[in-house]
Amino acid sequence: MPKTLYDKIWDSHVIVPETDAPAIIFIDLHLIHEVTSPQAFDELRKRGLRVRRTDLTVGTADHSIPTTTRVISPTEDREAYDQVTKLTTNCRDFDIRLYGLGTAEQGIVHVIGPELGVTQPGKTIVCGDSHTSTHGAFGALAFGIGTTEVGHVLASQSLLQRKARNLEISVSGQLKPGVTAKDVILYIISKIGTAGGSGCVIEYTGSAIRALNMDGRMTVCNMSIEAGARAGMVAPDDTTFEYLAGRPMAPQGAEWDKAVARWRTLPTDAEAAYDRAISFSADDIEPMISFGTNPGMTIPITGIVPADDTEELRKALKYMALEPGKPLLGHPIDVVFIGSCTNSRLSDLRAAAEVFKGRKVAANVRTVVVPGSQQIKNLAEAEGLDKIFKEAGAEWRESGCSMCIAMNADKLEPGQISVSTSNRNFEGRQGPGGRTLLASPLTAAASAITGRVTDLRRLSRT
Amino acid sequence: MSKLDRVTSRVTCYTAINVDTDQIIPARFLKRIDKVGFGDHLFADLKPKEVFEIPDARRREILIAGPNFGCGSSREHAVWAIRDFGFRVLISTSFADIFKENSLKNGVLTIDVDEPTHLSLVETFQKSPEAEMTVSLVEQKLKYGEVQASFAVNSFSRTCLLEGLDELGFILRHEAQIFAFEQSH
Repeated sequence: MPKTLYDKIWDSHVIVPETDAPAIIFIDLHLIHEVTSPQAFDELRKRGLRVRRTDLTVGTADHSIPTTTRVISPTEDREAYDQVTKLTTNCRDFDIRLYGLGTAEQGIVHVIGPELGVTQPGKTIVCGDSHTSTHGAFGALAFGIGTTEVGHVLASQSLLQRKARNLEISVSGQLKPGVTAKDVILYIISKIGTAGGSGCVIEYTGSAIRALNMDGRMTVCNMSIEAGARAGMVAPDDTTFEYLAGRPMAPQGAEWDKAVARWRTLPTDAEAAYDRAISFSADDIEPMISFGTNPGMTIPITGIVPADDTEELRKALKYMALEPGKPLLGHPIDVVFIGSCTNSRLSDLRAAAEVFKGRKVAANVRTVVVPGSQQIKNLAEAEGLDKIFKEAGAEWRESGCSMCIAMNADKLEPGQISVSTSNRNFEGRQGPGGRTLLASPLTAAASAITGRVTDLRRLSRT
Repeated sequence: MSKLDRVTSRVTCYTAINVDTDQIIPARFLKRIDKVGFGDHLFADLKPKEVFEIPDARRREILIAGPNFGCGSSREHAVWAIRDFGFRVLISTSFADIFKENSLKNGVLTIDVDEPTHLSLVETFQKSPEAEMTVSLVEQKLKYGEVQASFAVNSFSRTCLLEGLDELGFILRHEAQIFAFEQSH
């Protein structure tokens, strides 16, 4: 029977098939971080259990750590210090590989998995973080789980799970200049809504998706959860294999050849049917920006804020202090954040640096650039990107989740409005009372220069 | 997991659409390394009057929520906050995927109802904030006044809640199969 990419990965990981009870599936890679793991380790201790597969478990600290320094201070943030220390203790006690604060491999969990080559096609990958869908860019089945489930995977390397439906979202044609992967996914969510992918695993297909590099595919898959989907994936191809070749934890030598041969069998069979399919044309996609308080509330950057004809929109626009019927272009902003598991990779930083080069950020705008990992930081610095950011007047930080989740000192003040390359514009997401406009690194950088919401395509080189 | 078979309580109605887990518990409260006290931070920034400005707010065990409740982050802290605040049963037209799983694992029953049922429940309990509802998981029925409405729940979830089934224990009973799978892969 012809199968989709998702069907193939699912079928090859079922240990016990679904009955009244969910299936038990095997997990190939478990990523852990400081925020959603401590209570899971406590549960293991309470039950006297060990971690079943320490070889399939990788930890890092990313959410609550500072990005101004590589040392976490108990006097500045006792709770964050305790949380990060607890992760270190847990990984030591349970013999888990930890790329902790201060190591060369540390970074946002969804950035370092691919970078280390431990994220691979055909794997089942979980993490106590909803943006685990990022890893689906490699043709893996990757999704976020809760802390109780983190405990299940630590103890059993498996998970109770019901199969989701297959949803194909295809984007055909060629993206227009100035339109990025971030615009593609924001566009998709604006069309299908924040619950549009509920109960589904999305496979992104079509020439516009296929043409994206791995960083771009990760950006698209990353925000699948913002459409309510369990996971998002892109079939592996030569772009995928080129990215992975030679990575430290990717297969090497003869093992590599065998792996690639196996990975080539993963893409959806020609005759396979999806439960649902939605098609979009790249021609219709403009640079996008959110105006409201969920990622579905997104418009083309040249568009106008829609009428507040529902209770939800009234509430959102009131919170955002935006007027219906008015353009967002030219709206003054306070902060620009370039970073997060959505847009903190080298391609994102290069794109932003290209805009910043030879320009200065507006005097009244605080601009913070946070690389996704220490490795990306080093690569960016080797190319001189840090100098471009600093000369433009932006802050250049150490890696972490930073202002995407505002668990450390990086946050908006109440009432401030940001253009942010992160993934969520929920009320208070970037700090209590803070307001977020989600956009691409290009739009964020252009807006930093003018101090207003700006369409890069209209930014003059003076 | 703690058992749940029957809940009788007054009902809180907070029916905003797309209430995300950042609203349920903002990220700055996620630094605790235990599961205690999260109820004090439930809806910390929103403070919806429908939840807080009612008599015995924290003694109500049933929350009628809006569509796509619990969307966004996978943080189980959201369910810990809801449970610690006092709720054991959540009723909506839809819940986000991970949130629903997390609820079940913490002895919180999520009930999906259709829109007309949702609407009539909301009307009833907004009009009579002191009225009680009984949710019987054994009978799979909501009961209030003269009304009895059935609800669907998958049988595994029902068993988990009724028996307080330990899911990890359930998985580990299949240890031999897990081992065999590992050996063959």
